[in-house]
Amino acid sequence: MKNKTIKVDYLARVEGEGALYLKIKNDEVADVQLQIFEPPRFFEAFLRGRPYYEAPDITARICGICPVAYQMSAVHAMENAFGAVIPNEIRELRRLLYCGEWIESHTLHLYMLHAPDFLGYDDVVHMAKDHPEVVKKALRLKKIGNDIMNMVGGREIHPINVKVGGFYKVPTRNELMKMYDDICWARDAAIDTAKFAASLEFPEFFQDYECVSVVHPDEYPFNEGRIMSTKGIDISPEQYDFHFREEHVEHSHALHSRIRERDNYLVGPIARYNLNYDKLTPLCKEIASEIGLGKEVYNPFKSIVVRGIETLYSCEEALRIIDSYRMPDSPSVEIEPSEATGYACTEAPRGMIYHRYRVNSEGLIEDAKIVPPTSQNQKTIESDLRNFLPTVINLTEKEMVWKCEQAVRNYDPCISCATHFLTLHIERE
Amino acid sequence: MVNKKPKLAVFKMSSCDGCQLSLLDAEDELLDVLAGVDMAYFPEASSRMMHGPYDIGLVEGSITTPRNVEEIRQIRKECKALIAIGACATAGGIQALRNWKDTREFTKIVYASPEYISTLDRSMPISAFVHVDYELRGCPINKYQLIEVLNAFLNRRKPNIPSYSVCIDCKLKGNVCVMVAHNQMCLGPVTHSGCNALCPSYNRGCFGCYGPMDSPNTSTLASQFRQMGYGKFDIMNIFRNYNCYAEAFRKESEANEK
Repeated sequence: MKNKTIKVDYLARVEGEGALYLKIKNDEVADVQLQIFEPPRFFEAFLRGRPYYEAPDITARICGICPVAYQMSAVHAMENAFGAVIPNEIRELRRLLYCGEWIESHTLHLYMLHAPDFLGYDDVVHMAKDHPEVVKKALRLKKIGNDIMNMVGGREIHPINVKVGGFYKVPTRNELMKMYDDICWARDAAIDTAKFAASLEFPEFFQDYECVSVVHPDEYPFNEGRIMSTKGIDISPEQYDFHFREEHVEHSHALHSRIRERDNYLVGPIARYNLNYDKLTPLCKEIASEIGLGKEVYNPFKSIVVRGIETLYSCEEALRIIDSYRMPDSPSVEIEPSEATGYACTEAPRGMIYHRYRVNSEGLIEDAKIVPPTSQNQKTIESDLRNFLPTVINLTEKEMVWKCEQAVRNYDPCISCATHFLTLHIERE
Repeated sequence: MVNKKPKLAVFKMSSCDGCQLSLLDAEDELLDVLAGVDMAYFPEASSRMMHGPYDIGLVEGSITTPRNVEEIRQIRKECKALIAIGACATAGGIQALRNWKDTREFTKIVYASPEYISTLDRSMPISAFVHVDYELRGCPINKYQLIEVLNAFLNRRKPNIPSYSVCIDCKLKGNVCVMVAHNQMCLGPVTHSGCNALCPSYNRGCFGCYGPMDSPNTSTLASQFRQMGYGKFDIMNIFRNYNCYAEAFRKESEANEK
């Protein structure tokens, strides 16, 4: 091979528009770039001057795949700013809504976007011809995730029921119970999903990541907790900006994140699993052990298996919440806006997401900062590729490109998310 | 002709991916729909990217960069029928909020390396640049309406998409009116149907995800809001969100600007 430049102009089966650029010189990796050309949409710029209560609806539009992650982060940040105390019943419903998004998003990625890589298909439609039962089960599982979002959020894409302080309307116990049998089915399907994912073939590839996720004392993380890392970070969301920073690089419309005192880091299913294994349910641990996953994962290709376990966790957590559900006295608590800054980190399916808002005394947003998971992972994706490429350098170009794209998809990258916040540079037509 | 499946392509401009996800979210219908077409270009779902021409092109997202302009002109040439899906593609989307900003003010905002970015100063719908054969509204679109539109184009008939207001759906559902009962602003009387009056069913006023209906009377609604005690800023904001650059909403929001 010697010298070679490989360009994948449009990465398939990822959310948003990205390209891959690999340069090989004398059989060694000379350059790796995950290029993001998704047009910037400037959310942080136009949030300025909007009322605080619009943040959950507006930021949802950053991403149609994980709108709940934006809504949850926005409401928590605003409630943090105004010192609002949220009753446990509302908190539980928010976790239920997040369960729906995790089930839907993980199933979409696992079966429809990532499994075709492992099995050698262009897409799920071709995969369905050979594995019709697998795909039918996947679609039903995905639909149950969407059903939960519909019930709690009003609709699956850009839910309308989330507000700062709680919800506009809360479901009755009977309404939730209608989904119970389906979610029991989903739990069994998720066990099969984890087993299916574990049965795929994985390259022997391990990376010494600094894993970062939200950690809560009692729960596998969705909405609240401290930010922790496997190399010693232990901070509250208020301290995020002191420990993490973003860089602007020429080849990407998304900013690259890094830990100030060190370098790149990992967020997402593997990072959560490694930091929160002990918070998983007994059944999740049992299945993880049965499929040989271990308590820590450092092979990025196995993120698909962790997604399977997290889907199982989400089903069990949804059942637990419905079992113990008590309808809140009121769908939301009163919010008294004041001049303040609020911070929140929650766990999107793809990893930790950070929101910060400064609000003035009239309740209008003066400044917003949003750091989505994919921009945090961007540097790590490139570092994976740099280390992985030598192991596949002797394959044909087609096979090599296939493997490298697969390595990018380990991250379930959401490029639409990553590219929303650049400040405007004007070019007139 | 009967042996050859129509070629379907799905394109993306500046958007959140939600509208194309609607197709994948139609879990019960997905395999049947995709069995009826040749999925020739749908990068979010498939590595197989066939060249045009295509029989039907779906495009989500608004035009915000010079690259988008080139792409949409090329896409128009390659698609027999071009269908714009969602508020971004039909009205410029939420990112059209930039259209009111003083562009010079923006350039003054210091950015680490603004020279890396190129963008237009307005976010515009697809129809501002090329002819569009059909526009399906919504932020996000309704997946059942998308299937209906595809079905109609595949069978060369007119899509059966009602163009009356959200208010009609709301009355048919027997909802309590949130304006009358709770004194909430609601765009239901002027917003295009499509969501089955979702927000009023959740005790919340409509905020116009589906954009203006045919001939909406926005000024009367705005004066009703004023009588209910809302100020100009509130009224401007409710018209200025996901469909802010759709003409009727744009004009009403501007009428309420200081």
